[in-house]
Amino acid sequence: MKKSFIERAAAYPHIVWSVLFIIAPLIFVVYYTFTDADGAFTTENVERMFTSNYVLIFINSVCLALIATVICLLIAYPLAYIFSRMKEKWQRIMILLIMIPLWMNFLITTYSWMTILEDTGIINSILSLFGLSAHMINTPGAVVIGMVFCFLPYMILPIYTVMSGIDERLLEASADLGCSGWQRLTKVVMPMSLSGVISGITMVFVPSISTFYISQKLGGGTFQLIGDTIESYFVGTAINYHFGAALSLVLMILILISMAIMNHYTDSEQAERRRIK
Amino acid sequence: MKRFCVSALFAVCVLLLALLTSCSGGDHDDLYVYNWGEYISDGSEDSVNVTKEFEAYYKELTGRDIKVHYTTYPSNEDMYAKISSGTSNYDIIIPSDYMIERMIGEGLLAEIDIESVCEKYGAECYYKYIGDDYRGLYYDPENKYSVPYTYGRVGVIYNTEMVDEEDLGGWELLWNEKYTGKILQFNNSRDGFATAQYMLDLDVNSTDGDTWRRAQSELLRQKPLIQSYVMDEIYNKMESGEAAVAAYYAGDYFTMLDINEELGFYYPERTNVFVDAMCVPAGSANKEIAQLFINFMLSEDIAIANAEYIYYASPNSLVFENEGYIEDMGEEAMEILYPEGFNFAEELNKYAYRNLDAGTLELVNSLWEDMKITGGLPNHVYVTAGVLAAAIAVGIAVIVIRRKRRERFY
Repeated sequence: MKKSFIERAAAYPHIVWSVLFIIAPLIFVVYYTFTDADGAFTTENVERMFTSNYVLIFINSVCLALIATVICLLIAYPLAYIFSRMKEKWQRIMILLIMIPLWMNFLITTYSWMTILEDTGIINSILSLFGLSAHMINTPGAVVIGMVFCFLPYMILPIYTVMSGIDERLLEASADLGCSGWQRLTKVVMPMSLSGVISGITMVFVPSISTFYISQKLGGGTFQLIGDTIESYFVGTAINYHFGAALSLVLMILILISMAIMNHYTDSEQAERRRIK
Repeated sequence: MKRFCVSALFAVCVLLLALLTSCSGGDHDDLYVYNWGEYISDGSEDSVNVTKEFEAYYKELTGRDIKVHYTTYPSNEDMYAKISSGTSNYDIIIPSDYMIERMIGEGLLAEIDIESVCEKYGAECYYKYIGDDYRGLYYDPENKYSVPYTYGRVGVIYNTEMVDEEDLGGWELLWNEKYTGKILQFNNSRDGFATAQYMLDLDVNSTDGDTWRRAQSELLRQKPLIQSYVMDEIYNKMESGEAAVAAYYAGDYFTMLDINEELGFYYPERTNVFVDAMCVPAGSANKEIAQLFINFMLSEDIAIANAEYIYYASPNSLVFENEGYIEDMGEEAMEILYPEGFNFAEELNKYAYRNLDAGTLELVNSLWEDMKITGGLPNHVYVTAGVLAAAIAVGIAVIVIRRKRRERFY
């Protein structure tokens, strides 16, 4: 069927939107990365990243984001499975409960975690009743807690969506064919929910690796992540868009590579399953 | 058809967004004020709502309606980033001294002449009440671009319950190992470096890299003692007793004291002096109204309301000579805000931050970044991450091997 003029014209807003707000900013990032203050071509911004401690900042960010993502996955996977096997009414309620924290601005959530984890905070005042105390604020652990809390819903929701689509009869069939509970999980549920896990991992890992607010408030600024560093080059004392853009570009490439690796293995896994079917 | 509907819906959304972001108006004037957070009397806790008062004042003066759009910024650098991008339309900004110097140099500020604007509108002009000490300052020697709003100094705030009296007096308190884990440091390179520079009696405006490196080594020595690097979180942490020692602006000490009576304050011998002054950006579309607003901010009732609300020292003689104000502030506050024998102009020239050249700024920022990242994370974080990465690698390997086996099987 040939598309009418109106139908084609109606797609233009999409195109304009993507060009204006997705393509154009990316071009600017690349442009700034490879120019200096006078607009001349240079690779100095990229080289500088490998001559100083910036490599360490990248490693720090990757480590914390990785830990947070794995913890999110470990919490979210069983939860999503349990939710997806509940009665429909309960499913709706549970998902609503997962969504509620998202209605609150995550800056406020993070700020509240600061007062919860402080040495004079809520947890410690309860602990002190029993003569205990735990130093939590301004440690990498506190940052990971903040990341997990803020981004957990983004892990649960995609996994839940995929799992609730798994046909109950497949599970029954596998049981009939002699699968143990464990085998059912590893041979049926896990392969079928893989796509949800992958999008969950993407949705948690990417904001975790680039966050700056959480690390500043809960880490106390005693160690730096890549998000903090990028921020400081855009609004800090020495504004240097060129170096900031270079850091952003490398971060984007890093994320793209890790996503590509994940997708490469899991996509072929799913294609395989479809072929067998 | 479905595709068309989606697209149409999308187009409507874009249109709505465009409508929302475009300016309304036509039947009234607009004034865009861009100020620090918590830096004007805003009507909370029975104070005077200055922007509302101005709307009434303007109506009376000109017979026209006006809407004041008020937005805030957290630091000079944020404000500078926005104004210098050329995309904003603010009419009033209140930068600090060194930033005014920089912005004048870059042609970002408009020349103002309050007296002639007042004359034109038939308004009483209050500029003459600005004290002589606060005119012709280094950043604007001919008073062509700015009208001082407040001034102050940085001092050390401490918790009297937690800090011993014999340790007080200097910047050394921020380096005192007795208070490890209870000390807060500025999370901004200029103020952070300055604490070390004032302690070592170094020039805070030095263009010599070694001066900054010396200060950096001092900050590195301090790092293990620091609880966290903060800006506005300081209120929370000092008020709750989470931290015991912090350097901050004198006016803000009183805001904290209102909540936690155990806090004390002193000025070290050498410390930063700053002036925040009202300016009109060169890109402003309402320069005359902006000057009327500046003049209005200098009028007696409004200036006092602001000074009492924000607790910063005022350069306006209608304020600092007003008996009601002096009484309201109380003896202790007056002593800290307006210390006897304090030579403002001299101290400002000696200790104020000046605009640094681009090369030095770059160096300062990278030294600060290096200081912040030194030490990295505790080893167990790297070990955990390494183990997880290994586990993921094994997981992927298992998937790949299983797939290969299956391929052979079919």
